[in-house]
Amino acid sequence: MMAVTSANTSPGARARQEENRFAQAVRDAAIAAFLAGVLSFFFIGFRTDIAPGGLSLKMRWSAWITAIVVVFVGRLLLNLFVFNRTWSGSSTKPRSATVSERLPDLGKWLLRAFFIFALVLPFVAMYFFPNRDRQFIDIAILIMTYVMLGWGLNIVVGLAGLLDLGYVAFYAVGAYSFALLSTHFEFIGFWTALPLAGMLAACWGLVLGFPVLRLRGDYLAIVTLAFGEIIRVVLLNWYEFTGGPNGISGIPKPTLFGLEFARGEGSFASFFGLTYDPIHRFVYLYYIIFLLALITNIVTMRLRALPIGRAWEALREDEIACRSLGINTRNTKLTAFAIGAMFGGFAGSFFATRQGFISPESFSFIESAIILAIVVLGGLGSQIGVVIAAIVMIGGTEALRNLGFLTYIFGPGFDPVQYRMLLFGLAMVIIMVWKPRGFVSTREPTVALKEKKRIGADLVAQGEGH
Amino acid sequence: MSDTLVAPNPATIPNWEADPVLTVEHLTMRFGGLVAVGDLSFSVGRGDITALIGPNGAGKTTVFNCVTGFYKPTEGRIAMRHGPGKQAELVEEVTASGLRWKKDGEQGVFLLERMADHEISARAGVARTFQNIRLFSGMTVLENLLVAQHNRLVVASGFSIGGILGLPNYRKAESEAVDKAVHWLKQTNLMDRADDPAGDLPYGAQRRLEIARAMCTDPYLLCLDEPAAGLNPRESKELNELLQYIRGQGTSVLLIEHDMGVVMEISDHIIVLDYGVKIADGDATSVRTDPKVIAAYLGVEDEEDLDVPEVREHVIETIGEAAIADLAPQPMAERAPVTSAEPAQAVGKPKRAPRARKAATGKTETAKTAAPKTPRTRKPRGTSSSDGGAT
Repeated sequence: MMAVTSANTSPGARARQEENRFAQAVRDAAIAAFLAGVLSFFFIGFRTDIAPGGLSLKMRWSAWITAIVVVFVGRLLLNLFVFNRTWSGSSTKPRSATVSERLPDLGKWLLRAFFIFALVLPFVAMYFFPNRDRQFIDIAILIMTYVMLGWGLNIVVGLAGLLDLGYVAFYAVGAYSFALLSTHFEFIGFWTALPLAGMLAACWGLVLGFPVLRLRGDYLAIVTLAFGEIIRVVLLNWYEFTGGPNGISGIPKPTLFGLEFARGEGSFASFFGLTYDPIHRFVYLYYIIFLLALITNIVTMRLRALPIGRAWEALREDEIACRSLGINTRNTKLTAFAIGAMFGGFAGSFFATRQGFISPESFSFIESAIILAIVVLGGLGSQIGVVIAAIVMIGGTEALRNLGFLTYIFGPGFDPVQYRMLLFGLAMVIIMVWKPRGFVSTREPTVALKEKKRIGADLVAQGEGH
Repeated sequence: MSDTLVAPNPATIPNWEADPVLTVEHLTMRFGGLVAVGDLSFSVGRGDITALIGPNGAGKTTVFNCVTGFYKPTEGRIAMRHGPGKQAELVEEVTASGLRWKKDGEQGVFLLERMADHEISARAGVARTFQNIRLFSGMTVLENLLVAQHNRLVVASGFSIGGILGLPNYRKAESEAVDKAVHWLKQTNLMDRADDPAGDLPYGAQRRLEIARAMCTDPYLLCLDEPAAGLNPRESKELNELLQYIRGQGTSVLLIEHDMGVVMEISDHIIVLDYGVKIADGDATSVRTDPKVIAAYLGVEDEEDLDVPEVREHVIETIGEAAIADLAPQPMAERAPVTSAEPAQAVGKPKRAPRARKAATGKTETAKTAAPKTPRTRKPRGTSSSDGGAT
């Protein structure tokens, strides 16, 4: 309808319309700039300095005006080029259709490129940034760990639709299992402890699962939150067993078929005739977590296309209908909890071996919140969404440490690191306003007769607790 | 009256007495002080289409929820039978043993009041649909039908372990499951929409999909809660054909329905509830001429309720215009104090006559007997059930 009417209007009318639109955009930007000016007057415009006899107030007019100009220009550009379509309303439909048609192919290639990049990442870092390679690989390991945790939690929250706010408990169980086993028994190394840690975490998943079987929504979230805290508090107070707040140190590093990453005889470097470099261990750690994450992803993708995975998603869609079809919802929920917890346990075990030292401090509620935020931001149930969200969330906070250039705008006294969490929070709010159901909100069917059509977010249920 | 004569003659025993797939005995469901269903007994014949009808709030859905395990009945026995015959001894044996079910080759008895909802579907073979459609709307039509075959597929996937490893066993089972889904998609005319999300389907198609999904569980008994609600006449007709086809496949059907066109046309057996108590039980002809049924359906506030064409037609045929005028102003106030324990025992109703025995000639006969308006004598509850079934 809109397209027809706009096509029929005369050129003069269209020019007027265009002019009108520009005026509207300018007015809107001016309002935004005014609001920014009012809001930032006290936060940016003033500065208190310590002066003899108390504090002195300093005005920072340049910074304040810069902020207003940035908001005005930014809003104007957004109005003209981004919000453009929603105003005219004419060309939205065909464009979105073509995008969604092209997207699967594009997505597939992007995924492959992404995978290859992740595969060679340590060498890229070593080659291009020889001085900072360790830092980059470290961040990559951290991101990978959160990707894995996100994928593990995605089974529980994204597929089965059970909101779990205590996921870090399984991460802690995995880490402490490995730490305790390896420090008490000489013969247990990383690779033997890994499956044991996974199994123990899965058991704890079942332990959590049983009491929350009948709970829904907010109550489920509260009980899982309490569970996460119980585990942490027990670790903190059971001094004889866990070392309490002192934690456990001296956790062995992973070995490659018995080869240690250290100096001297029988080490990785001497076996392969390389000169010893501490970076080898980081590269190795990167590949371990890469492999673990890959396994998590493959298993999850396969499970999703299996009856159990479909039952999880059906459970998220409608639990009563599930029971009417003969699906044992108790077992289905418990498997989701157990398998999700198992991957959390693997990741925890990796965390322990990477750090060499663990204490209950690493497993506070904020960790659960970050992992859940990754899953929600990425889009519930979406594997690639979790990867993007983990890069944004973890990589983003790290990248914000290096915002030296902002001092040019806000003056030499400005310390960007202090605004890190503010900017981060702002970015989160913007993302959630822009994409309320996460980066990848559509769902891909697991089976199709003719062609797989992605299912829009409006039809996909979010499960309990949303 | 008639029931004593019926018993010895096997030819006149209705199918639902001789070969029931499901028997509900003395079912009572209380919610606190409210008796939603009171001492209800009925049977569902194997291979029959049985309709459970009654005014709003009569307790039909409660009965459904008890049968399918979503409610635990306060009292009573609900026995599901696989294999032919009444299997009375086996039912008693299972009841006494404290087991939930017993399978013996072809035969099997399942006491549904002891079983969990998912066991009822998975083991006893009772599938159901819902009054407010409950599809997995974010999953495709085909996925919905595969979820329904969960239990068989889980075993085939080696409880997911074989499936993760990609063993051929599971792939074969899945392609069979897809074949079965395609079969039901064809029957329900949903082939074109197989890859669309279930939530995108129009209302009538969603109803059909829900039936197809229930049928994918290979049920012995299919329970449909108002399948024709919100359907247009053409869709209703298609639904009739679908239900006939399902019956032809050997699945018994129990349905709740308000659409009298559907009920009267396809039902072999109709049970009428009012205030949680059975007020009539029999085939279509006997039920629609039953004065208690007419009273329950028509004895309401205004005359608009009389405008159900089928019912009106038969009411006129049987008891004449005068009687309708008599029944219509029957106020709610008179029905209200009649609590669930006491069925609609309205005063001044036509006498319950032995009209049902000869269905063909019965109509004129009833008209005659009804005319004098003798006060109805009260009968014990148990006898009224076989009364209507004596055709």
